[in-house]
Amino acid sequence: MTEPKKLKVATCSLAGCFGCHMSLLDIDEKLFELVKVVEFDRSPITDIKHCGPCDIGIVEGGVCNAENVHVLKEFRKNCRVLVATGACAITGGIPAWRNNVDLWDCFQEVYHYGIGLENGQIPNDPELPLPFDKVHPIGEVVRVDHFLPGCPPPADAIWKFLTDLAAGREPKLEYEMLHYD
Amino acid sequence: MAKTFILDGKTIPFEEGETIMEAAAAAGVYIPHLCHHPEFKPHGSCKLCTVSIGGRLGAACTNKAAEGMKVESETEALNGDRRALVQMLFVEGNHVCPSCEKSGNCQLQAAAYHLGMLTPHFTHFYPARDVDASHPDVLLERNRCILCELCVRASRDVDGKHVFGIGGRGIRARLIVNAASGRLADTSLSVTDRAAEVCPTGAIVRKRHGFTIPIGKRLYDHHDIAEAPVAGMERPGRD
Repeated sequence: MTEPKKLKVATCSLAGCFGCHMSLLDIDEKLFELVKVVEFDRSPITDIKHCGPCDIGIVEGGVCNAENVHVLKEFRKNCRVLVATGACAITGGIPAWRNNVDLWDCFQEVYHYGIGLENGQIPNDPELPLPFDKVHPIGEVVRVDHFLPGCPPPADAIWKFLTDLAAGREPKLEYEMLHYD
Repeated sequence: MAKTFILDGKTIPFEEGETIMEAAAAAGVYIPHLCHHPEFKPHGSCKLCTVSIGGRLGAACTNKAAEGMKVESETEALNGDRRALVQMLFVEGNHVCPSCEKSGNCQLQAAAYHLGMLTPHFTHFYPARDVDASHPDVLLERNRCILCELCVRASRDVDGKHVFGIGGRGIRARLIVNAASGRLADTSLSVTDRAAEVCPTGAIVRKRHGFTIPIGKRLYDHHDIAEAPVAGMERPGRD
């Protein structure tokens, strides 16, 4: 008997805090069930740097710099189904609080005037991605197939969502799994 | 024999002069709403309670019930419109639930949960709005204001103080306070005023009480606003 083909899943965190990834790991022992049906491609979990063709792309975080756009477009190109996961990917979230602050003022505050800072410097290494003046939800940059809200989405919600998708069902969250906080 | 009308196929009794919203609430039927509150004069501005009255659309909070009228509320089309209205409210302000102390007790959030909103969908405005932290006991957080005017009505009709009003038009409309300085601290608002606790969102909150009940243990974390006592018209957030 041949094993059923595993679903390929890629994950990334853009302008996020990796909290959604922590919540994914928080499905605990169900991870063993998950890896029976899922194979991870590009993800902080595998440390693979670029994703190949995938069934599901899980994107955490909004878009705050040029590198985020490249990663997001790579995900959209390669993933059959793209899931905006968590408040930041869906709305911009906490990082979008800076959308009303001038970017230069923001840098000054963080690197020059912050409490306890002395002789601060604004990083300008050419390897650093170019920051945007505003943070955007990923839906403003690419087409998104599904939205999984929460900050982070509860582990059970991520599990339900992934298993629904893996089974070819339209993902549906029970009332208590739908949260914006 | 009481007078009745039909709401989604169900017979609803009403007293002469009652609105569709009042009669439905008395019968335990929830019609989504944000600017309506049973203690205050109807405002009819949020449009969330729009129902089909004999085929014509109207606000359930302002239209009076009439004998034999046929009203539809729980239809896919109307709930779709309601979801779009809530989505527009989300993108028009800065409603960042993860950093809001009202989260879980917020009626805007609860209405969105009830309507199954997964994304605000529309392009965010990220408007620049002022926060007024001048008052010793009450925070005015305009990023979270939906201009329902419940605080305006409460201050005027219950507290007799006229502390709040709406200034500006369109996207520039904002909650203003009755002081030459424009600061909440310079108004006669007291933390015990009805206006200080009627806000359905986190725009007007009591200071130092935000996390008395932890996130995850609040009213709408576990209860759909439709199931809340008296059709969601209790006062969540009195923590």
